[in-house]
Amino acid sequence: MAEPSSRRTLAGGRIRARRLDAGLAQAELARQVGISPSYLNLIEHDRRRIGGRLLNALARALDLEPAQIAEGAGGARVERLGAAALARGRPTSDAEAFASRFPDWAALVETQAEMIETLKAQVAGLSDRLAHDPELSASLHQVITAATAIRSTASILAGNEALDRDWQARFHRNIHAESLRLAESSRRLAGYLEAPGEGDGAGVAALSPLDQVEAALDRLGHHLPALEGPDPAMSPEEVAKGVPGLDEAAQDILTVWLRTYRADAAALPVEIVARGWRETPEPLALASRLGCALPRLLRRLAALPPGAGPARAGLVISDAGGALGPRRALDGLTLQRGAVACPLWPIYESLSQPGRPLRALAMMPGETASAALCYAVSTIEVGPDWMTPPRMVAVMLMLPSDTAPAETTRRAVGPGCSLCPRDNCPARREPSLLPTPSRML
Amino acid sequence: MARRVLLIEDEPNIIEAVSFILSRDGWTVHTHSDGASAAERVRAHPPDLVILDAMLPGRSGYDILQELRDAEETRGIPVMMLTARGQARDRELALSLGATHFMTKPFSNAEVLDRVRALAGG
Repeated sequence: MAEPSSRRTLAGGRIRARRLDAGLAQAELARQVGISPSYLNLIEHDRRRIGGRLLNALARALDLEPAQIAEGAGGARVERLGAAALARGRPTSDAEAFASRFPDWAALVETQAEMIETLKAQVAGLSDRLAHDPELSASLHQVITAATAIRSTASILAGNEALDRDWQARFHRNIHAESLRLAESSRRLAGYLEAPGEGDGAGVAALSPLDQVEAALDRLGHHLPALEGPDPAMSPEEVAKGVPGLDEAAQDILTVWLRTYRADAAALPVEIVARGWRETPEPLALASRLGCALPRLLRRLAALPPGAGPARAGLVISDAGGALGPRRALDGLTLQRGAVACPLWPIYESLSQPGRPLRALAMMPGETASAALCYAVSTIEVGPDWMTPPRMVAVMLMLPSDTAPAETTRRAVGPGCSLCPRDNCPARREPSLLPTPSRML
Repeated sequence: MARRVLLIEDEPNIIEAVSFILSRDGWTVHTHSDGASAAERVRAHPPDLVILDAMLPGRSGYDILQELRDAEETRGIPVMMLTARGQARDRELALSLGATHFMTKPFSNAEVLDRVRALAGG
């Protein structure tokens, strides 16, 4: 098939442009490909057609593909370069020459033009999403609503006018509830904004690996039948891999967690613990009766299926530095991570007294605030060699406060200094953001 | 007789806080949380001022405002719109529909009090 004339007439120009860019004299290039300079001159001015062996030789000498000489940069590339030039108000007439003469630069320009278009589309999509997405709108509404309630209520509490105790308690309760809602809605909002796309798993990118594991365990109900029994249906690794919405770090954390779970399940089968709990609903006595370590029993009591153990349970595990592993909240109550946590929780005391079981009724501030019956113990795990320091781990089981024996010691705890209204607290590290009424537990 | 404010809002803790500060300032505060029946409530017991949230279950605050402005008996009641969205087009929409004032959440209590006194205190 005959070559289109527009292409054919440009082939000579492409050879000439490339030769000049390479700094080759016409005579030199002619010598390299075995033709006379005058013949090359005719070719460069498109007065002679080339093909076959000569085309290949010229392409080799000019470090081009034969097609780049014969066909130029290609229609699609030239069109894209022309469009890029047009979009920026530049003439498009020299796009073909530019692509032929500087193919690498042309490819770069083309790639960047495509990238600009992609980014523009993303920006347009994000703008549209911000303006019209009902999920985002609902999330923002939740955040702002909670912030409004907190601001207005806190302003009343912080005001100079006296409030009676009932109103104070009510407003403290409202702030606490709204702060929880704000924390949750903020987390969802952040997850939504940072999510790469729509659908399942959106938001995962914004959660820490530990948060992801906690969310996954909450979804699973903290009991994993696949890891139960003498011959579990799956390995911890298989279970972790099958949990959706986890990044790689979260999968690693979950796998370690599930290995412990599996060991606990093998040592303490559901039916044995369930029967023991019915007859001896006290962790220390039950651990003694079953001949197992208390930390293992505490973990196990928080991982039983419904009806097999305590009606409701929370679990917190801490290392010697106070860093918490995946938590299970008791009716929404749990400890905060990091330096904001209240050090009065029994789990932290247990870290200073390894092996001593502690029981306390932990009371959150406020007359109607929540409480939890806590059983805590820490243990020292010997290191694997002479150099590695021992590892200390504390476990705390949290049960509903109405199950506490009458003689249980009460202990004031809090949500962390900045959100805690207790005054004269020996553990206070920083001022509270809340007013501190003199009456406290 | 204390002047009456009808707070049409569905968030209980906002209702409690705003009701408290207005009551303490001497206002009689009535509350209503359902968008679908809000306009009827205003007609049945016309207050001196309506504080109207833009996002309500059952019906949008903007629709309620429109109905209040269309009806002869409620047209003159000052309406202060509350919204979690502070974009210009929301403000323009509220004002074009006849809102007397537009306030963006989260607001300050002092701001609410000042505006209520200005709109219905006379």
